[in-house]
Amino acid sequence: MAVLEDVTSPPATGLRPRGVSRRERWSRRLPLLPALIYTIIVTQVPFLVTLWYSFQSYFWNEPGGAHWTGVSNYKEVFTDPNFRSALVRSVTMTAIAVIVAMLLGVALAVLLDKKFLGRSIVRTLIITPFLVMPAAAALVWAGPMLDPSFGLINWLLEPFGVNHVAWLTTHAYGSVIVVMIWQWTPFMTLIVLAGLQGQAQDTLEAAKVDGANAWATFRELTLPHLRPYIELGVLLGSIYLVTAFDQVRLMTNGGPGTTTTTLPFYLYQKVNYAFDIGGAAAAGVVTVVLTIIVASFALRLFASVFQFEEAK
Amino acid sequence: MSSSRFGTRFRKRRLAAAACVAAVVTAAAACSSSGGSSGSGSAASGSNSSTGSVTVAVVSNPLITGQMIPLTESVFKKQNPGITVKFVTYTEGDLRAAIEKDVSTHSNSFNVVMIGPYEAPLFAKNGWLVDLTKQYTSSDSAYDVSDLLPSVAKSLSYQGDLYAAPFYGESSMLYYNKSLLKAAGVTMPLHPTWAQVQAAAAKVNQPGKVSGICLRGLAGWGDNMAALDTVINTYGGQWYDTNWKAQLNSPAVSQAVNFYVNLVKQYGEPGASNDSFNQLLTLYGQGKCAMWYDATVAATSIATQFPSVYAQTGYSFAPTEKTSSSGWLWSWALGIPQGVNDQGAAWKFVSWATSKQYDTLVAQKYGWSAVPPGTRTSLYNNPSYQKAASAFANITLQSINGTDPEHPTVGKVPYVGVQYVDIPQFASLGLTVGQQIAGAIAGTESVSQALQAAQSAASAYTPQQLSGSN
Repeated sequence: MAVLEDVTSPPATGLRPRGVSRRERWSRRLPLLPALIYTIIVTQVPFLVTLWYSFQSYFWNEPGGAHWTGVSNYKEVFTDPNFRSALVRSVTMTAIAVIVAMLLGVALAVLLDKKFLGRSIVRTLIITPFLVMPAAAALVWAGPMLDPSFGLINWLLEPFGVNHVAWLTTHAYGSVIVVMIWQWTPFMTLIVLAGLQGQAQDTLEAAKVDGANAWATFRELTLPHLRPYIELGVLLGSIYLVTAFDQVRLMTNGGPGTTTTTLPFYLYQKVNYAFDIGGAAAAGVVTVVLTIIVASFALRLFASVFQFEEAK
Repeated sequence: MSSSRFGTRFRKRRLAAAACVAAVVTAAAACSSSGGSSGSGSAASGSNSSTGSVTVAVVSNPLITGQMIPLTESVFKKQNPGITVKFVTYTEGDLRAAIEKDVSTHSNSFNVVMIGPYEAPLFAKNGWLVDLTKQYTSSDSAYDVSDLLPSVAKSLSYQGDLYAAPFYGESSMLYYNKSLLKAAGVTMPLHPTWAQVQAAAAKVNQPGKVSGICLRGLAGWGDNMAALDTVINTYGGQWYDTNWKAQLNSPAVSQAVNFYVNLVKQYGEPGASNDSFNQLLTLYGQGKCAMWYDATVAATSIATQFPSVYAQTGYSFAPTEKTSSSGWLWSWALGIPQGVNDQGAAWKFVSWATSKQYDTLVAQKYGWSAVPPGTRTSLYNNPSYQKAASAFANITLQSINGTDPEHPTVGKVPYVGVQYVDIPQFASLGLTVGQQIAGAIAGTESVSQALQAAQSAASAYTPQQLSGSN
């Protein structure tokens, strides 16, 4: 049951606080309490308020404020086809973006692990997309890059007979995913690169002596070694991409129609355009419950990330 | 073996380090992506009009960001050293959300809000706004409230009293590039029909170079639905019949929407479902549109931002089909929420920004053609303005005066509004329908599918809900 403990505690096992008195344990926990209380106030109190609002009918644009409606907001959430499709879209977009970003990340990391001229410049260039603010990146993609009339992509493709493709209209779903991949590939590269550089050279040399070719070495030695790093990257990438909002809001505004409306954007629209606080709160609560279920499964699936010593 | 033990521990540390770095970097990215702040009202009290703090929520349109804000800094603050003015700018959709939240919850973080004819009567009915007529304009002869254009003032009134002072007003009209139309051998009448516009668009359209006509496609009741509603109206369609039965699947609406969607798809700008006023202004200004149907206020922006295209621009009234006129009626106006601090200072700012003197001020700094149009009769009687804006002044005034929000279409309707329906539910309904239309324009669904979804969204409310809140 050493979940998380290994990552957070110092590696030297002899320092574990075993057999210390109760008083001693509390005096060690005390400095952490302010942070814990703060976290509870800023995360759990708003959640309780949201829970309360989810049973209220409350529209900003109707006078009279909030009043109790029971579970009707939840009924509406479960019968709203837009909520279901937003849910499915969030999951598929995240999955596609994370998987493709990870494949590209592994490939780039393997390349960057080799020595070549100008490697540090290339490495900086490859990492750059991750350092650009998501909102700024989304605006640059929506405007100068993908604009049907003035965009760079269309200008580059014009000699090949591609004429004025309205990317954000005809390929909105794909365009948003491409930008997500563009932004998150460097992150995957960084994590996998850290893993590659931690690989013991002697095993690789031994494989070479035994006559293994490059592909076999990669498949049999490097990939198993990288597994926890890849799992970590997929886990963190999924956590951040499933909540991605900037790209959708700024590139397509959830459209055309609802083709790029993800869950976060669906919630935003319910508040910002429909002024439906009760409905948005109910949808938010359902989202949180679903997220907790998925997250607990994911953490169990990727448990080796946190139990590295035992797994090896 | 000691070496493998060392290796494991080393790798473990690396992994932990990678996780830490990842967490820090992503946290920083997450922090940097969050933003947005709202100004808070000052705690200073008192009704003295020469001191106080005024926080204004405004829409980020050119006449506001390019004129109102800089002039407030350079002129208003000098004339009123006791009043501090802070602006919070939003895009149209975000502005509505921020204001609805602030006004309905009585947070009062804004003491001046920018609203339009949709919001003003609804807010006034809920008791959310200060009655400007009773409180100020009836006793303030220098403000000259009778000078406001009657149709604009009426649309911002509730039970005969003004609740928001118009900053600029607009109808809709058709802009065209004279040289492009001439090259294609097309002449545009002053009062065109949509059929004539379609025929002209077919002739001037050059795929990849110039679009025959630029039209709004972006989902939103103030975006694509504003333009489409005027087409629906002039084809004889309506949102609801007099019994509040939804009419979005009627033959007239279906004909109008099919016409609009096909017109954009065949001769419109590429990627239309993401375009609204600001994008189309840029496209038209760059000479990428032979025709453009949009707000009359665009003329002011074309004149100041794109002089070479301005010289080539011709103007026609909003195209019609079955009605005699079809232009919409909108204005961006300043209102004061009920119960805010420094109400006197707030009115001082509102009356300054919507006064005749403000027009003169803009004219001195930016030229007469840049003056916010469509609010005051005196502006249209001013010889300097008539001369500078001769191209579009009269057609703007006639378009605004020609609107009739109480009878927007052929048949009778139970609601008021040309390009909106004056019910609270419309904020949500208008967006839902706008999304469906944007989907049809983008080709992700057919017009009949879109209208079916629109009809079921419009039918989701009972007639009692709709009329009770009207």
